[in-house]
Amino acid sequence: MKPSLVNTTEPATYAQIWTFRTPRAQLALWCGWLALVALFVYCWQVMNADTMWVFVADAPTQAVDIGSRMWPPSLSYLPELMKPLWDTLNIATLGTLGGVIMAVPVAFLAARNTTPSSILIRPLALWVIVASRSINSLIWALLLVAIIGPGLLAGVVAIALRSIGFVGKLLYEAIEETDIRQVEAVSATGASSMQQLNYAIVPQILPAFWGITMFRWDINIRESTILGLVGAGGIGLKLQSSINVLAWPQVATILLLILATVIVSEWVSARVRHAIL
Amino acid sequence: MSFETTYPTHWRRPPRMLRDRRWRLVVQGAVLVYLVLAMGSLDIEWSRVVEGLARGQRFVEGFLQPDFISRWSDIRQGLIESLTMTLTATVVGGLISVPIGIGGARNLVPAPVYGICRTIIAVSRSLQEIIIAIFLVAMFGFGPLAGFMTLSFASIGFIAKLLAEDIEECDVHQIEAVRATGASWWQVLHYAIQPQVMPRLIGLSMYRLDINFRESAVIGIVGAGGIGATLNTAIDRYEYDSAGAILLIVIVIVMLSEYGSSYLRRFLQ
Repeated sequence: MKPSLVNTTEPATYAQIWTFRTPRAQLALWCGWLALVALFVYCWQVMNADTMWVFVADAPTQAVDIGSRMWPPSLSYLPELMKPLWDTLNIATLGTLGGVIMAVPVAFLAARNTTPSSILIRPLALWVIVASRSINSLIWALLLVAIIGPGLLAGVVAIALRSIGFVGKLLYEAIEETDIRQVEAVSATGASSMQQLNYAIVPQILPAFWGITMFRWDINIRESTILGLVGAGGIGLKLQSSINVLAWPQVATILLLILATVIVSEWVSARVRHAIL
Repeated sequence: MSFETTYPTHWRRPPRMLRDRRWRLVVQGAVLVYLVLAMGSLDIEWSRVVEGLARGQRFVEGFLQPDFISRWSDIRQGLIESLTMTLTATVVGGLISVPIGIGGARNLVPAPVYGICRTIIAVSRSLQEIIIAIFLVAMFGFGPLAGFMTLSFASIGFIAKLLAEDIEECDVHQIEAVRATGASWWQVLHYAIQPQVMPRLIGLSMYRLDINFRESAVIGIVGAGGIGATLNTAIDRYEYDSAGAILLIVIVIVMLSEYGSSYLRRFLQ
């Protein structure tokens, strides 16, 4: 840091070698990095105040141990997993459906150009979107299992509530980006405001809508595989029970099945989005 | 003398997708059959649901009148764990994902390196945080260190993938110009790529910070520390007012970090 300070005091002598930044910018950059490192070290110490380093030192042996127990995966367990897998797919699909149905009105209320009142209703709709986005589906599931009991319904509702924020946010951004001239053209024919929505805005956002829905469906498949951990049905339920009885070959089978499902759903979603857009 | 052309009196909007009528019927039928089957498999116990609605009402009441005080020391501890875990994991994940992201950009590296880096990214992305957390808790013991490991691992896939895509989309002209001066590979990276992707990389890291905080509220459920553990305990004890307080804190922090990161990104660009 010293040479750069010297450079600032002597502006008359220019460096022979071109440098990327001015000395002042360099200094600011270094200070920024230093602050980040200091913050990191401080956080690290606070975080690890109660860490048992004995367990950490033990971790590699534990990893090898679990790994050796998991191999080979028990393939005979596979047929038993088909019903939970079907449940998982249903949670994801019905959840996406419910989420989209709730998200569409929220998105129209949140978009600057379609909201009925930008002072009262828009902040409310935005708050719904943020609240839904900041609470993970697993937490929604945890709450819903406590409220409406364990089972698929809790999973479906959890996925739906979580999807509102994601779909709503992307959809209202798409609505705000619509071409105003088409809306004007339709309104020039004497269309009411509902007809303007129907004939000018909806056709413009429809491809984005299907794309967002498929994207969210793909994410929901991932999320619904683990909802069973808190009792909301699906394949996660089997995962939880297998872990509880330390049946590691079964755990390996379930993880492989989840991985395969995720890859297939990602492929399907990518294909459909490609076909739409 | 007039030609009698019969126009339909009502204009009907042409369908956007599936222009063939038969295909449309098949798809609609399939969707209907699926919905009936899926609804049938839901197996809802309505008596249990009705019984739960009272509890739901209590939760909503708890959410409207959150209780920050009676469990404040637990909440504070959980928040500190979550925040420190989030920051350290984002820094470490970001540092590791820079070389992997560079290695995953096809325009900079040979095919074997590209393959390896893309495999690392795919593995990190396809495993759920919570599943990784289960294993890491089993290995490293309960507490925020396991959470830190989980979040770092998950951050790698996210940041590295988007960084790699960003590098691949870089302006070729600038790279060529720097290369034409006789710059080595490192110099190309430093003078042509880095200025183009740096604002984006910082934006990505900020975004990941946000995601990591949200995830830190979840992985506590399986014992990886943080505010999630506190939340899980509160819900298990049916202390909905404390749970409501925790959820409100999470929402406020996420909102603040979202505004903060969007401000910072605008400032950097």
